[in-house]
Amino acid sequence: MFGYYMELALRSLRRSRALTALMILAIALGIGACMTTLTVLHVLSGDPLPGRSASLFYPQMDPRDMVGYAADQASPSQEFPRQLTWADGMSLLHSRRADRQALMVGGQVATQTADARMDAFVSSSRYTTADFFPMFETPFRYGRAWTSAEDDNRSRVAVLGSDLNDKLFQGQDSTGRVVRVDGHDLRVIGVLKPWRPVPHFFDLNVGAFSATDDVFIPLSTARDFLLRRAGGIQCWGKGSGDESTLESSECAWLQFWVQLDSPAKMTAYRQYLADYAAEQKAIGRFERPAHTRMLDVMGWLDHEEVVPGDVRLQVWLALAFFLVCLINTVGLMLAKFMRRSGEVGVRRALGASRASVFSQLLTEAGMIGLVGGVAGLLLSWLGLWLVRLQPVSYAALAHLDPMMLCATFAMAIGATVAAGVLPAWRACRITPALQLKSQ
Amino acid sequence: MLTDIGPILSALRKHRLTASLVVLEIALTCAIVCNAIFLIGDRLATLDTPSGIDEANVVHIVSSDIGRHGDDHARTEADLAALRAIPGVAAATISNSLPLGDTSWGSSLNLTPNQQSSTVDVKNFYGERVGETLGTRLVAGRYFDSTEYVWLDDLVTDKAKPSPFIMITQGLARHLFGNASPLGRSVWLGSSNTEMRVIGVVEHLASAGGVDRSAVEFATIQPWRETTASGGSFVIRSQPGQADRVMALAVEKLKQIDPRRVIVKKETFKTIRDERFAGDRSMAGLLLAVCIILLVVTALGIVGLASFWVGQRRRQIGVRRALGARRVDILRYFQTENFLLAGMGIVVGMALAYGVNLFLMRAYELPRLPLYYLPVGAVVLWVLGQVAVFAPAMRAASVPPVVATRG
Repeated sequence: MFGYYMELALRSLRRSRALTALMILAIALGIGACMTTLTVLHVLSGDPLPGRSASLFYPQMDPRDMVGYAADQASPSQEFPRQLTWADGMSLLHSRRADRQALMVGGQVATQTADARMDAFVSSSRYTTADFFPMFETPFRYGRAWTSAEDDNRSRVAVLGSDLNDKLFQGQDSTGRVVRVDGHDLRVIGVLKPWRPVPHFFDLNVGAFSATDDVFIPLSTARDFLLRRAGGIQCWGKGSGDESTLESSECAWLQFWVQLDSPAKMTAYRQYLADYAAEQKAIGRFERPAHTRMLDVMGWLDHEEVVPGDVRLQVWLALAFFLVCLINTVGLMLAKFMRRSGEVGVRRALGASRASVFSQLLTEAGMIGLVGGVAGLLLSWLGLWLVRLQPVSYAALAHLDPMMLCATFAMAIGATVAAGVLPAWRACRITPALQLKSQ
Repeated sequence: MLTDIGPILSALRKHRLTASLVVLEIALTCAIVCNAIFLIGDRLATLDTPSGIDEANVVHIVSSDIGRHGDDHARTEADLAALRAIPGVAAATISNSLPLGDTSWGSSLNLTPNQQSSTVDVKNFYGERVGETLGTRLVAGRYFDSTEYVWLDDLVTDKAKPSPFIMITQGLARHLFGNASPLGRSVWLGSSNTEMRVIGVVEHLASAGGVDRSAVEFATIQPWRETTASGGSFVIRSQPGQADRVMALAVEKLKQIDPRRVIVKKETFKTIRDERFAGDRSMAGLLLAVCIILLVVTALGIVGLASFWVGQRRRQIGVRRALGARRVDILRYFQTENFLLAGMGIVVGMALAYGVNLFLMRAYELPRLPLYYLPVGAVVLWVLGQVAVFAPAMRAASVPPVVATRG
């Protein structure tokens, strides 16, 4: 039966080519616009570490003095500093209360090989501690991560990102070789596979969608050489932001992440954090009323509003556009189906039930949806290609994934069939006798 | 034409569903297009944000020094002396940030010491003679003199006392002091509570970092000498029209002084401005494209539906013609019908446009939709409707009276 309906639909679509083309065009444009913008939104609001992000947390506290403090809960002065001070970060790191923990900050260094003939170039760096790699499950191509002991010993070691290893060592196994960072020689102990969590959740200060870091260096080693730091710094009181005394200054400039594998550990860590802040307040280091917060990865991304407002605006715009296209299609389909009142009358008089006429007309709507979906998919590809040409940080990420591909067809066919319900219902309500008589 | 309205309305009542679809489509198009045009205007206006500097001739070079080589101050002096000696260079300095650039240094600024909540957040520009180098326009007071500058790295390590002078923009002066003269007034900077006296006012100086339009003029200039080691980068103003040549020469000179130095970035100010507003520009383009496509789709929809109606009413048209209606009467009929439908759509669309605008105001902190958008939108849609209906209406007018006798 379905095959017969398909044939009827094809015939009818062929009969009124202009109207059919118009409907397909409207659906295709609407779908193209929606899928382009939804794909961008989907990529940008995605989970950077699926399966793990719910057990990773970002502890925050407020170590500032009372200047500018307002007791009012809604005051912006109540918002936590985005980062931690060295003193707090180190205390939390060394307490080892979480399953894993890492303290980190981003930076920029000039890199080259030991071969002095090669010009140095600037790479983005990350100064962090041993647990960074297992906690974020960074994939290793060669070698290994450094250990806590190497952190404590201020070892002259480095882990290279895939891109930098390609540039410096042509992608070979470079473990054991030397990378020169701002003039200091470090031994390469590991090389990562390409790794780019989107968003760059562990440090939003260097750009929410920045590509991942080129070279990873133990935080203690980086501080020994005073390697250049990047990202934000917030100082208060006597905190001066002098780079060489950051360890003792009243400035927040480090990110700290913990991994907590069970709800019980989460509760315990929250308590530990609150106790820590209360203790600091009691000894007079913290002046403000002690309060702490611990968001998980998605909670943190949500709080920081990493998805640009323009992307959301574009989604709204595309949805509104699609709505107009659909209303347009409903109108055109109504015109098309009503024009065939005579044919419907004959079929009804010959014994076709209302239900079968109805499903035949919906088949026709579905076919328009299918063709519109294919055309819409092509338009989405074109749209995403245009997005990739845009000068925005997330440009390179705008690609259609299989899930969005299926969504495109589901949306196109679903929406068109839904748009066909009203016209089909109107058409199959025709009284056969009246139609036959008026012919 | 007016006499047609009665019959048209009763005919439309019979086609309530189709008619309301047309009205709804026009209404939505009206609401979207009004708001989109408004957004386009808003985005294009931000493109013209004045930077307050001599944009055509400003060049920016970011360099990274490998390791540290002794005396930062001496190195800075040597670098700057060499740059200033390049023919075609009008002025050169090292600054912490550039107007509309992406690196910004901010602090809070208060009108009284030890204030509980701060008066305003400002972005700060440091660097020896940075105001003069950028080519800002002085409207009151004076720039700093050379004895007033202090090295920034000495300041943060407490090796030097800050000199208590500051320059602000006209916009910031108005925000802080209203129409009173800002010269000689005191402000307190940041949580360190440093008192500084306003000694000069520049016409404009746009903040760096992605600040809101309302806060873009909240900028200060402070008398600290910057070094590349403390995060500064080279800013050069060339003689008129020599920016590109000077940029190439300056890079060459800097590499010559220290071959190990890495040039991270070299750009003219045009690049900085383009990058800052790239998002706004592409958003405006996108909105414009959507408006055009939307209007085309709506027009095609009207063509389709009108053609259907004409087909459906061939006999009635024939009867009217046989009873003495002229072609032009039939044409008028369809035109008036479309005018009425568009009118209804526009009325609903205005209400929708207003609603969408309220949503945008809340979600995106946009201003209210100016009222004159509504009549303009109405005229556009009426014209669109008339253009779209013309061909089907002509086809209707050409239905011969003899059709009445058939069927």
